[in-house]
Amino acid sequence: METQTLIYIFVGLSFALYIGIAIWSRAGSTKEFYVAGGGVNPVVNGMATAADWMSAASFISMAGLIAFLGYDASVYLMGWTGGYVLLALLLAPYLRKFGQFTVPDFIGTRYYSKTARVVAVICLIFISFTYIAGQMRGVGIVFSRFLDVSIFWGVIIGMAIVFVYAVLGGMKGITYTQVAQYCVLITAYMVPAFFLSFMITGNPIPQLGLGSQVNDGSGLYVLEKLNLVLTDLGFGQYTDGSKSMIDVFCITLALMVGTAGLPHVIVRFFTVPKASDARKSAGWALLFIALLYTTAPAVGAFARINFIDTVNETSYAEAPEWFTNWESNDLIAFQDKNDDGVMQYRSGNAFEGAPVFGEGTAPSGAREVTNEPNAESENEVYVDRDIMVLANPEIGNLPGWVIALVAAGGLAAALSTAAGLLLVISASISHDLLKSTFRPNISEKGELRAARIAATAAIVVAGYLGIYPPGWVAQVVAFAFGLAAASLFPAIFMGIFTKFMNREGAIAGMVTGLAFTFGYIFYFKLANPAANVAENWLFGISPEGIGVVGMVLHFIVAIAVAKMTAKTPMDVRRLVDSIRVPRGAGDAHAH
Amino acid sequence: MDDDTPPDTGQAEEDETNANENAYWRENIRLLLMLMSIWFIVSFGAGILFRDWLDQFALGGYPLGFWFAQQGSIYVFMALILYYVVKMRSLERKYDLDD
Repeated sequence: METQTLIYIFVGLSFALYIGIAIWSRAGSTKEFYVAGGGVNPVVNGMATAADWMSAASFISMAGLIAFLGYDASVYLMGWTGGYVLLALLLAPYLRKFGQFTVPDFIGTRYYSKTARVVAVICLIFISFTYIAGQMRGVGIVFSRFLDVSIFWGVIIGMAIVFVYAVLGGMKGITYTQVAQYCVLITAYMVPAFFLSFMITGNPIPQLGLGSQVNDGSGLYVLEKLNLVLTDLGFGQYTDGSKSMIDVFCITLALMVGTAGLPHVIVRFFTVPKASDARKSAGWALLFIALLYTTAPAVGAFARINFIDTVNETSYAEAPEWFTNWESNDLIAFQDKNDDGVMQYRSGNAFEGAPVFGEGTAPSGAREVTNEPNAESENEVYVDRDIMVLANPEIGNLPGWVIALVAAGGLAAALSTAAGLLLVISASISHDLLKSTFRPNISEKGELRAARIAATAAIVVAGYLGIYPPGWVAQVVAFAFGLAAASLFPAIFMGIFTKFMNREGAIAGMVTGLAFTFGYIFYFKLANPAANVAENWLFGISPEGIGVVGMVLHFIVAIAVAKMTAKTPMDVRRLVDSIRVPRGAGDAHAH
Repeated sequence: MDDDTPPDTGQAEEDETNANENAYWRENIRLLLMLMSIWFIVSFGAGILFRDWLDQFALGGYPLGFWFAQQGSIYVFMALILYYVVKMRSLERKYDLDD
């Protein structure tokens, strides 16, 4: 069968499955809408958490980042998994014991303050929207490349699917669709990885393949060969990084702490029956995530080898089909600087920025690139890192059904994360802003309706951001983790592990962490991007890692203010005592 | 730990419950400190701070520091959570605080 037909079948079947599950699991109460009724099995929740967590960035972009960054990409691997240790050990069981619906619920109650709750809602909405725009963009890319529809219609279809199961099913619908989406995305990720690992090393297990010898008779290990090939072409060694140690350290820590502070991840642990289940569930989640995260370094390395093998010193006329496919999607470009018609792939940028294509064809036969060539580099090939996972099956010449599977997997990853984010946004509006702050008399039915309206509105905003991505979207992904690390995590952590932390300290801490981190990222990413170089950074820490400094400031300011202001009330101290012991977790309060 | 502490049978006096809960909490904190140290050592220690030194050793084709940064730390993270789940279950039974 034609690859294109297979893609339609795979994607169509997976969408039908998601919708079917949504209809089967409609939410009837706010408790079902917010926390799936609080009765989700820890293994099921772990799987749903994994799908929720692994976004278009994990599925589509991460292996590409690893392929081009080598050791430096370790920050993502450790950062996005180590956060689950913090979750399982420091947050999840206690938040489950506390047993309400949202993260601002905890902050508002523990710090006996509506102001604290509203500050938490603001952090949450900012973090979640930053994230969701990226998901919708991922949906758009997959659709436009694999399904021959424009990004506009791709996003509209994605929005419609998410609408059906997030708005109807709430957390209950999302949970069970995410389980299905996890199965689709992990299969889609592992199958090509097995193939590639077997082709390159003879060992089908990618985690072992990456540590094995290349089966080209050279007797070199995979990483040795990569280092050799890359240094030949003028790149740094694959296993060496170019980032400074303090920056690697801070980015990793910011991603870990940020992961533990992300509202859409935390809220998943409100759905299990008991506090001890929250611990177990975090363990399962990490297992399901680790399956992809330990495979990604292998996929990245194999992709880089294959890419160099098939592209470098190949004449454009003989370029493989995937090359021209991605070229027509603007994600690959060839600028023949020395007019020999052969593609030289070297270190350095072929030209400044993204390619701007002209109408015509260059003498080499490639699409004409109108950018000013970068005279300092012999590199002639521009490649967008995001294509590596999606193009991998084609680069490796894998069968059509694998390509179709990867298309369905990329969509599953983007849709599952988008749905989880939409849910926390809508819950924070209907539950935290309406029910708990501004309209406490709202009925259960009214709150449920408000939640659905808020989810619908959030989908429309997310879709708009996906279709017309403002230039800053890619620039501010660091926001989400840095802000979560600097604002929500310390407040929750101290709420559990200290009794002296009071309302004044928590609010001052959150505002300090938020303002400092926001200001630093805003200055270097948006206000003055030209200054974004290591010499100007505070302690040599890039905007990606600055959340760590924001977090430290949060702790210092919060503790200092708490020491100078009134003690926490007795009932709050008793609340802390009660969340520390697992007994009596019971149901999430349905109030 | 003093294993011969009789597990509190529950409903007696509030003071006694508090003492029991406090002992449970202290033991939990000690366990957390130990596990968080390992968490720090495998990722920030082996994967970042001492990577260059560890890279002189190899695990198959992996330089050891590189392996910790891209594979090993993740395996240890999983083991840490598993150990904590098992250990906390027995701790909660010991103090009769399980859910």
